[in-house]
Amino acid sequence: MSARQPVLSGRNIVKHYGRVTAIDHADFDLYPGEILAVIGDNGAGKSSLIKTLSGAVVPDEGEIRLNGELVRFTSPMEAREAGIETVYQNLALSPALSIADNMFLGREIRKSGFAGKYLRMLDRKAMERIAREKLSDLGLMTIQNIAQAVETLSGGQRQGVAVARAAAFGSKVIILDEPTAALGVKESRKVLELIQDVRSRGLPIVLISHNMPHVFEVADRIHVHRLGKRLCVVDPKMATMNDAVALMTGAKKPETSMMAA
Amino acid sequence: MVSQSTDHEHSARDADTSSPVFDRPKRSWMGQIQHLLHNNPTLVPVLILLASVIVFAIATDGRLITGLAIKITLEQVSIVGILACAQTLVILTAGIDLSIGAVMVLSYVAMGHLAVTYGLPAPFALLGGFGVGMGLGAISGLLVTRVRLPPFIVTLGMWQIVLATVYLYTGSQSIRSQAIDATAPLLKLFGERVSIGGWNLTIMGAPVIYAVVLMVLIFAVFSYIMRLTAWGRHVYAVGDDKEAADLAGVRSDKVVFSVYVVAGFIAAFAAWAAIGRVGSISPSSFAEANLDSIAAVVIGGTSLFGGRGTILGSLFGALTVGTFATGLKLAGADPQWVLFASGCLIILAVALDQWIRRISA
Repeated sequence: MSARQPVLSGRNIVKHYGRVTAIDHADFDLYPGEILAVIGDNGAGKSSLIKTLSGAVVPDEGEIRLNGELVRFTSPMEAREAGIETVYQNLALSPALSIADNMFLGREIRKSGFAGKYLRMLDRKAMERIAREKLSDLGLMTIQNIAQAVETLSGGQRQGVAVARAAAFGSKVIILDEPTAALGVKESRKVLELIQDVRSRGLPIVLISHNMPHVFEVADRIHVHRLGKRLCVVDPKMATMNDAVALMTGAKKPETSMMAA
Repeated sequence: MVSQSTDHEHSARDADTSSPVFDRPKRSWMGQIQHLLHNNPTLVPVLILLASVIVFAIATDGRLITGLAIKITLEQVSIVGILACAQTLVILTAGIDLSIGAVMVLSYVAMGHLAVTYGLPAPFALLGGFGVGMGLGAISGLLVTRVRLPPFIVTLGMWQIVLATVYLYTGSQSIRSQAIDATAPLLKLFGERVSIGGWNLTIMGAPVIYAVVLMVLIFAVFSYIMRLTAWGRHVYAVGDDKEAADLAGVRSDKVVFSVYVVAGFIAAFAAWAAIGRVGSISPSSFAEANLDSIAAVVIGGTSLFGGRGTILGSLFGALTVGTFATGLKLAGADPQWVLFASGCLIILAVALDQWIRRISA
């Protein structure tokens, strides 16, 4: 296992906000083809850590490597260009824009030839076709009209659009921040299936979640974050949900028998 | 893959997956109208315009629908209309530009003085005026995106600074029409009647000036840009939810900055057209243009909260105010009633907007 090279790794990452330390020399490793869950109590610094990986936050110290190469993202755009797609908790969708517009926001397709080059005309048809393909790939084609505004969709459908966007463009890593937090039972199930579907295509996934049953169901390894750093990485087959909660709240010290290799 | 013990939701798998059907009371006709307007945001300003045309056509015994009345209305609307296009862009980003009229005045003062006082060739004088418009837009844009001041405060300040500059620089003196004719007739291009090789563009027999054509062209071009280019979609996304747009990869500060520069660019076009329409270069003209442009945008159905509205709506908004102006004048009313009616329309339009927005998806 140790011979494997992580797809995405962080070493000694530090981030201060004024006098608050959000990340305190944290490490992070994501291996190829796995679902790595990141759990931790509120304020443990999960979100800050993830934001340094997705380019939304620039760490004060430490290094991040993508496939072994040192990278430094100063914006989400740069991380995206490097192949890391993030689905944020607020989904980063524009409610008044259509599904297709949202999927291609920031990377629109222009028409070829004169109209695209000089009039900078968007290729609506191509974008709608691809958006429809991506959504049906993930079994989300209950959405009838690809041109309908995102605000007319249900919470689960919106999540689906955001995940489909990430899966469509993420070439190396997909990060999901609390994808099931706002969803009902059936919609959560759909999203979990979606996550496993994405993994089966070989893309590694980082899943941040508070929902222990969901984490234990889909994760290959569980990164426990506590007080701004990685406390340990747990193997879900060796530990129970109780163990995980005890670890992240500090009620229990890490035991080697639970650790993931 | 998933063991039975951790899969505590397996019982949900056999659940009925069809969408629930609720016994919903049939929508009232009010509700249906609400839905129709929600799905077609430009419909409201079109209906308001149509209604005002019909009302004033009746009130003036049809005198509103004559070539002369239409010509006067269009010419009056042209300058504020062009400014309203610029204003729409800014308001769509959830901003507001209180200085746009003053920017236009300083632009045409620059064009006039460069050509007449300093004797620059007309094309260079125009370039100078465009530079002033875009430069002022860039200053506002930087203050909004870099210094992070609210657009209201930035443009309120710019309005006063720019207006003071206009008066200090010109000493409140106008440049007379004859002086422009003698040195730089190109500056008055947009006041000329449209005439191409002996063919004259007319509406119901009345000649049309280039300023009106310019307004229509600007609206056509920006409708296209907003609907069919990435920049246009980004303006909507930024106004809708700036944080979401940022996370989705839109460089929203760049977009907002560019909107203020483009607004300055359009204001410079309005400046050029204004020289033609007024004939002279007067520092005290268009004192109301800032607020008139906002009125047109709001009546045109664009939300002051950003992200919602159309460029074309603002054209209809401007035309509605113009119809009120001409209609009331023809009906022999005191011109102050125009202001009164415009105020009522603004409040009505925003109230209507709120009502439509309150719809439950």
